[in-house]
This record gives sequence, C-alpha cells and structure tokens, in this order.
Amino acid sequence: MQNQAAFEISALQPALPPQQAVTLKVNGQEKTIKLAPWVSLLDALREYLQLTGTKKGCDHGQCGACTVLVNGKRINSCLTLAIMEEGNEIITIEGLAKGDELHPLQTAFIEHDAYQCGYCTPGQICSAVGLLAEGKAKTTADIKELMSGNICRCGAYTNIVSAIEEVIQKGGQAHE
Amino acid sequence: MNSFTYTRATTLETAVQDKASAELAKFIAGGTNLTDLMKVNVEGPNHLIDIRQLALKDITDNADGGLRLGALATNADTAYHEQVAKRYPLLAKAILAGASAQLRNMATNGGNILQRTRCYYFYDTATACNKREPGSGCAALSGFNRIHAILGASEHCIAVHPSDMAIALAALEANVNVTGQQGNRTIPFSDFHRLPGDAPHLDNTLQPDEIITSIDLPAKGFAQHHAYLKLRDRESYAFALVSVAAGLEMDGDTITEARIALGGVAHKPWRNREAEDLLTGKSATEENFKLAAAEIMREAKGYEHNSFKIELGKRAIMRALEQAVKMSNKPDSHFHRTSTEPV
Amino acid sequence: MSTEYIGKPTSRVDGRDKVTGKAQYAAEFEALNLTYGVVVSSTIAKGRIKAMDISAALQLPGVLQIFTHDNRPGLAWFDKSYQDEDSPPGAPFRPLYDEKILFSQQPIALVVASTFELARYAASLVKVTYETEPHVTDLNQLRQDAYTPSKYKSAEPTPRGDAETGLAQAAIKIEAEYNHPSEHHNPMEMHATTVAVAEDGTLTIYDKTQSVLNSQKYISKIFGLSTKEARVISPFVGGAFGSGLRPQYQLFLAMMAALQLKRSVKVVLTRQQMFSFGHRPATIQKLVLGAQANGALEAVVHEAIAETSQFEDYSENLVNWSAMLYKCENVQLTHKIAKMDVYTPLDMRAPGGVSGMFALECAMDELAYATKLDPLELRLVNYADKDYSEDKPFSSKELRQCYQQGAEKFGWNKRNPKPRSMREGKELIGMGLATGAWEVKQKEASAKATLSVDGTLQVSSATADIGTGTYTIMTQIAAETLGLPMEQVTFKLGDSTLPEAPLQGGSWTAATVGSAVKQACEALKEKILAGLRSAKDSPFEPVQTLEDVVFTDGRVFLKNNSEQSVSITEAMRLAGENVLEVTITAKPKKNQQEYAMFSHSAVFAEVRVDEDFGTVRVSRVVSAIAGGRVINPKTARSQVLGGIVWGIGMALEEESVIDQQYGRFINHDLAEYHVPVSADVHDLEVIFVEEHDDIVNPIGAKGLGEIGIVGAAAAIVNAVYHATGKRIRNLPITLDKLL
Repeated sequence: MQNQAAFEISALQPALPPQQAVTLKVNGQEKTIKLAPWVSLLDALREYLQLTGTKKGCDHGQCGACTVLVNGKRINSCLTLAIMEEGNEIITIEGLAKGDELHPLQTAFIEHDAYQCGYCTPGQICSAVGLLAEGKAKTTADIKELMSGNICRCGAYTNIVSAIEEVIQKGGQAHE
Repeated sequence: MNSFTYTRATTLETAVQDKASAELAKFIAGGTNLTDLMKVNVEGPNHLIDIRQLALKDITDNADGGLRLGALATNADTAYHEQVAKRYPLLAKAILAGASAQLRNMATNGGNILQRTRCYYFYDTATACNKREPGSGCAALSGFNRIHAILGASEHCIAVHPSDMAIALAALEANVNVTGQQGNRTIPFSDFHRLPGDAPHLDNTLQPDEIITSIDLPAKGFAQHHAYLKLRDRESYAFALVSVAAGLEMDGDTITEARIALGGVAHKPWRNREAEDLLTGKSATEENFKLAAAEIMREAKGYEHNSFKIELGKRAIMRALEQAVKMSNKPDSHFHRTSTEPV
Repeated sequence: MSTEYIGKPTSRVDGRDKVTGKAQYAAEFEALNLTYGVVVSSTIAKGRIKAMDISAALQLPGVLQIFTHDNRPGLAWFDKSYQDEDSPPGAPFRPLYDEKILFSQQPIALVVASTFELARYAASLVKVTYETEPHVTDLNQLRQDAYTPSKYKSAEPTPRGDAETGLAQAAIKIEAEYNHPSEHHNPMEMHATTVAVAEDGTLTIYDKTQSVLNSQKYISKIFGLSTKEARVISPFVGGAFGSGLRPQYQLFLAMMAALQLKRSVKVVLTRQQMFSFGHRPATIQKLVLGAQANGALEAVVHEAIAETSQFEDYSENLVNWSAMLYKCENVQLTHKIAKMDVYTPLDMRAPGGVSGMFALECAMDELAYATKLDPLELRLVNYADKDYSEDKPFSSKELRQCYQQGAEKFGWNKRNPKPRSMREGKELIGMGLATGAWEVKQKEASAKATLSVDGTLQVSSATADIGTGTYTIMTQIAAETLGLPMEQVTFKLGDSTLPEAPLQGGSWTAATVGSAVKQACEALKEKILAGLRSAKDSPFEPVQTLEDVVFTDGRVFLKNNSEQSVSITEAMRLAGENVLEVTITAKPKKNQQEYAMFSHSAVFAEVRVDEDFGTVRVSRVVSAIAGGRVINPKTARSQVLGGIVWGIGMALEEESVIDQQYGRFINHDLAEYHVPVSADVHDLEVIFVEEHDDIVNPIGAKGLGEIGIVGAAAAIVNAVYHATGKRIRNLPITLDKLL
C-alpha cells in the first residue's frame, strides 16, 4: 500500500468486513466463493477462482489488462466489486475458445504476432471481442480509437489492429 | 482500501434512507472513480449502497421536447443512443472523447458528473491537499501544476474537473434532477458544480442525502452547429488539458445564440455568458471569435507550469467555433482524436 | 546453408498459451497456504523513521506479521551480499535494513495477511512518523556538483584527438544543450514474486526477472541458501525492458516473509510502486559540433550529466556513440553523474544509446541546417567506414543500405529542405531522420539438448523470454540444426536448474543463447553420427565428419548419396540409445576482439503538427535496420515496431515528473505517466537490409531488442523542427513547448 489512509481510521474501528457467499457465473459455469465486499472482480477471478488469464496491469482502470466481458460488454474488472457482479454473465479469456478451437481473434493474434510479452493480450482480445459486438468501428482509425483503452507497453499496436481488421473483414462474429 | 459493508438498494426510497442512516456511506454504480479512489485511500466509505438495480437507466423524451437521461444509463449507452446521437451530437462526441470504451461501458451519467479531480496531489495521500484533507494545504500551488486551473481557482485549490461529458452538459444547459429526504429538486447545470473557494472538499452542491436520478437536456441541442474539441497529451485515453464544447444557432452567417463551455481549466465546467453575448447577433468571423476568446480568458491566471493553457484555450475556443460554423450535417466519425480531425 | 526455419516468418511457439490466458506469470502460480504481502512505502524522500505504530494493523485477525526494520530477522551483514549481476559500483539498497529513508516510496514495511485485501487494508493502518531532512532531487541544480565516477558501470568515455583545435579549424560550429527527463519502464506486469513453500519446506520462487540465476544468486547470498534450496522459476515475463535486470525488493521481501513465517507468500507491487525503483536517468547533454563547409566533422564535443542515487554510481554508455557513429579525428567526451535522493537508475531499453544518440542526432540535424546540407547527405559525408573510437574494422556495417532503402521507401526526396515549408490545411508537415546504432555482444552461455527415441527434442537454457521471442527463435535454431520438424522441438527457459545463461538484456540473447543452442544440437548430431558409424553394416560407416551428412526432415542423409538415409529415431534404436543428451557451453570466439560489432539503423519520421495547438502526430515512420541475420522476420519486425512506439513515447509523451517539494515522482500511474496508446500509432514500416556477418557469432544475428528504439526519438524530434521551425531540445515535446 502506498500510504496511510487519508481519512480518520481510528474512528472507523478497525474491523473486518463480513465474508459472504457470492455466486459468480464465469464462462458459463456458476461458482460460489466466500468473499468480503472489498474484493474486486479482478481479484476474485485471479485469487479466488484461479482464473489468472485476466491480468492486473494497474488496478486502476488505466491500462485495460483486466478487461473481461460482463453481459457481453467489455469492462475493466479491476474497478468493479465481485459482489456487484453476482447474477451477471462474465466471460474471461479462458472462456473464448470452444474446446481446442480458438476464437477467430485468438487465431488472428497468433497469426499477426499481435503481442510480445503477452501480458496485455487477454485484455486486448476480450476488448476486441467487445469492440466487434458493439459494431461501432467502421475504419482503421475507429479501431485504434476504440482499442486505446488497452495499453500495450511492448508496442504491438500495429499488429493488434491488423489482427482485428482481419477478423472484421472475415465477418466478425463468426465464432458466436 | 477501507473495510466496508455492502447492500443492494432495490428502491430509490430505501437507497436514500440507507445513505442518510450511515454517515460514511456512499452510493456505488459504475464504480470507475470511487473504487479507484478507495484503492488509494482517498475515499474510505464504511458502507456501500449499490444502486445499479434502481430503475434509472432509461433515456426518454420529455414533454418540453427535451430528453431525459437516466442517472444510471451508462456513458456508452447514452452516447450511442439514437436520440442523443441525432439531437445532441455535441454530447455524444464529448462522452466519446473521454476515458476508454471499457470505462464508458461501466460509468453512469450520474457518476460521470460526480467524478473527482485528477490532480496528482489529490490522489497521493503523501502530499497536502485541501480537497482530500481540508486544512492540509494545496501542494499543487507550488508544485507541478501543469494540468491545473487557470480560471476560478482559489488559494486553497487549483484542481480542475476532469469530465468531458459535463462540459457538453454545461453548454447544453442541462438540468440535474435529484432526490433526497426533503424530496425532489432540480439543479441547473451551472449551479451543480462549484468553485473551490475556501471549501474545495466540496465538488458540487449535491447534499449528502441526495441522489441524482436523471439529467434533463433542453430541446435545443445545437445539432446543426457544434463542436467538441479536446486537447491532450496523447491522441486518446488522456484527460483534457483544455477542451471546448461549442454550440451555435445560426441565421445565415449571423450567430443568433452561442454557448461555449471549457473543460480542463477550472474546478467546474467554465461558462462565460458575457463572452457568449459578444457573439450574439454578430457574424461568424475570426475577429469576433477572437474577441469572445479574449473575453473568456480575460481573468485567467496561470501558475508556474500551466500558463500555456491561456493561449491554448483561446486558440481552442476559436477553432471550436470555426468548426461549429463550418460543420456539415453529414454523419461523421464519433471521435475527436486530435484537433486536426474534421468535426 | 539450406534453411527450413531460420529466416522464415514463424508464429510464436508460445502464442497459444498467450492468447488463451494459460501463460503463467510470477503472481499466477498456485502455492500451498498462500499468504499475501503488501508493501508500505515511505512518504518522504530523505530522513529517518522516528516511529512506526503497527499495533492497529497487527491486531486484525488474519494479519500474520508486519515486517519492519525494527523486527526483521538478522540478515547478511555485508553490502556485497546484496550485489547482483547488474549492480553499478556502490552499496546496493538493502530493504528494511534500518530506519534511514534514502528515496521517496522506499519500502518500509511488509504486511502479510491471509488475503490480499486484508493485507492492503492493514497496510493503510500502519502509522509512521518521520524526521525529515532536506532532499535533493533536481538534476538541474546539481550541475556544479556532478562528478566523474571513479568507476563507470559500462563504458568509460573514449575521447581522441584534440577537439579544441578541431573546433578552431571548423568553418561552421553549432552548440546546444539537450535534456530529457527520467522515465520509468512500466512493463504491463507489475513486479511480483510468489514464494511457494511446500509441505516438506521446499521452496519454489516465481519471480518477475530477466534472469532467474541473478535472482537466485541474490537471495542465496542474502538468506544463506544453497542454489538447490532456492529454485527460481520465471517462464513468462510480462514485459521488463530492463526493469527485471536487477532483483527488485519484492523478491527480497517475499523471501524474507516466507522463510520467517514458513508459509507461501506472494508480493505484487502496485502500479504506483513501479515508480519506486530503477528508471532511465534524466540527462543534461551539451553537444558542440565543428565542421568544414562541406559538412565534414572537425570536432565533436559531447558532455553529459546524468542522475544517480546517493548509494550507487549508475552510469551508462551515454557519450561514446559520439566517438563511433561518424568519422571525426577530434572527439571530446565527458560523462558526469550527480547524486540525488532517488533510487538508483536502471538500464532501460537501449540504456545510454537512446539518450546519447538523441542528443547527437539532433545536433547533427542542427549542423545539417547550418551547413545547408540535406541531413542524409551530412551523414554520408561523415560515414564511418571503421570504428574510429577503437580503430577497428566493423565486423559488418550495412548502414549505407539502411539510408538508401529507408530513404526510398519513405520518399525522403519529396522533402522540401526548408523548415515550416510543408503543410496541409492547418497541419504543418515535417520529415526528419536519425541514425541509430547498438553494440553487439556475445556472452558465454550453456544449453542442454535432449533427444528422445520418439524423435522429440528438448533444448533448454536458463535464459528468459520477456516478449522478445526467445522461445520461438531457439526452437527454430534447434529444429533447423537437427533437421527436425518444429513441432517435435521444445525449448525450456526461465528455471534456475537449467544450464547457465546471462541476463536477458543488451540485445545479446539471440546471439548468445542461440549459439549455445546451435552448438548443443551440433554435438547431438555428432553423437547420432557416431552411433550410426558403429552400427552393423552401416552405410554411414565411412563417414568422417558432419560435413558428409545432411540432417533434414527428421532423417540423416548421406550427402553424396541421398538414396541412403535413416530416420533419427531409427539411428538411435540402432545405437541402442533411448535418450541422447548433451550440455555444452558456447563462448565467443577470440577473433571478435579484433572487430567493432554493431547493429545500425536509419530512421525516417514524418510528423503532422497542428499549427495552432502544437499537437504532434507521428504519421509515418520507416525504420531500416542492419541487424545481421534475421532469425524470425515476424517476431523481429514486432521488436522493431515496439522500438518505434517507444521512440514516440520518448519524443512526445514520457516523463516521470519529480515534485521538488516532496522529492517524489508525482505522476506515478498510467493515467498521468503517458505511454503511447493505439491511437498514437500510425503507419510504421520496418526494413531489414541484408547483412552477412560471420564474426559476430555462429548464428550471424546481431540482436534487435534495442536497435529499434535508438534513432526513433531523434528522428521524430528532427521532424518536428522541420515541420515547425522550432527546435525543441527538451523532451518530451508536449504541446505547450510548441505553442
């Protein structure tokens, strides 16, 4: 932790939040875990469900590595609490392939070398799945703009955009 | 992050009651700003009331010809809403100029206008900040204040409001509908956010027991002549150094009404009605735009690192007005990446 | 040499793991009874901790321990125990050593609890009181205090001739000062260590590092463990760019806690804490160039001041580029450092090179205008056909080809030489270029190759793949050498039990580990051939050397009679071998010392600058690279593209701002420390020019990790001048500087 708390802690009676059973529907499977309200969806996935494909790159909504799909929409899982997502359909990178058959975006990322270290990759791919579903990207410039919430420090943007363009050209949501 | 309890509110009434009963309670919806601030110990609620189940998500027509934006409609759903895109493209563009696609999918309209400043010192509890900790001082005044205010600041705080959406809402003269224990009230947008004065810890005039239920857009949407211009340190996913929301009503070459709101320059979306009046009845010329820009920046005051915003602001105002005049009604890209993109 | 794999565009062998989320990084390994450590960081830059109150935090159920300087266990006594393979001269930082604060965000406590959230909460309850002392964190104020280090970390400045006389003779002289700020690596994965303690007490340490062996040696020395007791694993690294060259404090803290508590511990730094250790040092650089009227350099003076910490003398090869890049008799170089109350700087992608050549290449651009020469022409006039700094021939240098092919692809001839002469509407268009270079090194490395009778080959070495493509190119080299299908070959890395390899850095991995992999596979071939020779009635019996056979398609052929062949698996069966295994060590050849070995680049950039706002968009970049043999054009291109993106960041966006009141990096997150996003990146092109080099190493590859960034920032800065007529010598070029 960075610093001392700004607010007056002593007044708050250091105490622990109550744990409760929370059922999350992740990649089509319901999983019940005991956790306190202060657990982010990202930490619930990584630390409580061992779904470590979703990455923590900043924990503050400033990088996009934690992108998952909730009810079909891409969000930053670090900024929502797990308990708030009870009852919602959560799809993570682990849920995109159908058995051995990769999602077209996953295939395109491999083909276009749309990554280097691979750490932002799950977030990029989930974000791109969301982008395709939104259907707002008409041009290359649109793709770049609408993918700008996913930082790639290795600088693989050129290839990421090519991979997404290819999937769009091939009809986008073929995998559904 | 502080320890807290969590409930889901099912009705507006219980949400308001619940909030009033716990001194350190907060509402949570999108969570994009609150969760972030809780992680850096700037916010420390001991109770969170999840209001996402409340029926405040709809975008509906108002009897006066305007549009009502539910407080819980997401920024993305609002920007892409057919009526918003058609009648209030200025608002759609401003929303889409902010944050990222993911954040816009999470963030709600109510939360957007309640988001807190991005001042480095506000975010870092190792430093002095009157907004975070009243009476502790303002480290930005003598610190690195490149992103800070040039208008309406005080010796206690020079933070700026970070929202793009709010800048468009200010130009559109929206109204904010709120509910509290005393009932409902409507706050004109210009009165919603406040200047820091000697109480910079208060960002706005919402009372602790109140909740935003909706934002009303008046009928006039400036769909024919508008621009949202955002200048920042990279082409996307960065807060504004200066942004301008401009809306014009034109009769031929004559401006019959002008609205100009600025972001990135003050503790609230900045309007200057005298400057707008200067343009009313005038022709849309560079000369007149220059006069308006000068008027808006007349009392601007720069600090060590942000004086450039004064000149940048003037140029941005002129460009935005020029774009608003020239814009065609052809459907265009939703995005403003740089100043160089056509509107 | 026929080639099946080397030189062919090949998708990454670890690609599937990366796109499915299966690739595991340091914080993602399961461990028995895992606990979580959260670091408490200092809020002051200098002084001492007067008191720490940990009582409120400690009383929370589930908080196991809070380690501070007061209660930490006894540790290694000597500074040198904390030294690592990338330590600069000095006394390394020792976490929780005592109450002294040496830099802002210094780790001062580790809270260990049963969950991450609880540890984070408890950390916020730790109350610290400090006695502050005045800090110094402004490099500009330290110009007079800068000193020549008694020992340089990498390269000592190598001046030659007499610059003063050279300048006196010069018809044209330019003199300018160039500055750039501190920058942070900010890999996407935050630094993390998981120490897994098994039931029987066995430790497995998962660390984010560019060398598992470096981490292993560090903790072994400090905690008195044998290498067997301290196994370090790091199969995937979420970017590093130099940040993983030294063991970072989360490794120390996680180890200490795990050993004390006898429990598995995971420590992950926050993004804010990613600004609490090494960074690219800010520099102040003065360049003086003197030239004849025709542009020929008479003298080069390059004087640099860079920041270091109070406890170590960090320096990098910052100024020697000015002695090797061009032909010039008289070169004067100084490189001083100044102590600040910050953590020690740390190698960051092309350390020294990108900083020093930014200054040199901008100065060359200024000289081009002063001499009224085309910037490309000026470079050709001063083309160095040998390394004048060491008076050695280049092992190879196809820089002329880079200039030529790059200029052609870019359309350099369409450039109007006059500044501020090209525009489109309100956009000013500018074109700039810069030269880049990076030193090629081969280090000593070992590799093991194991061939099984089922025809699968496993090759391994304790190197790393930080996104550079190590897994893939090593698999290519092994498959090529043994003539096996790629699918039958696996390469293992990132495990301290594997054969020794150096730090992954400096662009030397392809050459270094690649040579070891190749030699290991050659040795296997010898073994196979030996087995074949001794088999009964073998047609291979008369074969003397590997020269007489061909390994391809999983078979061994007689070179002079392709009718005669045997599969590798059959060969092993004939020899009665189930497994063939060799471990070799590849060392650089002595004759390398007779040559100067460098990769080169010519970078061409086009920018579009809004004339009213000063916003800069890098619309096009062509980077032409002479990097020796390209093993995998697909991953190689990605490396260079990434380097260009870093150049955009350095030129226009990146700056770790120190608030002087607090001596603290104040924009310490990814919202305010700007790195390029997708919308910032436009048309980028990479050209690899043909470059044959038998000297650099047996592979002929020069390495591509750094060369892509060198030159990119300077080319952009020079393009901004051409567009606007404004020379910005202080990076990054944010819009306010162009208003």
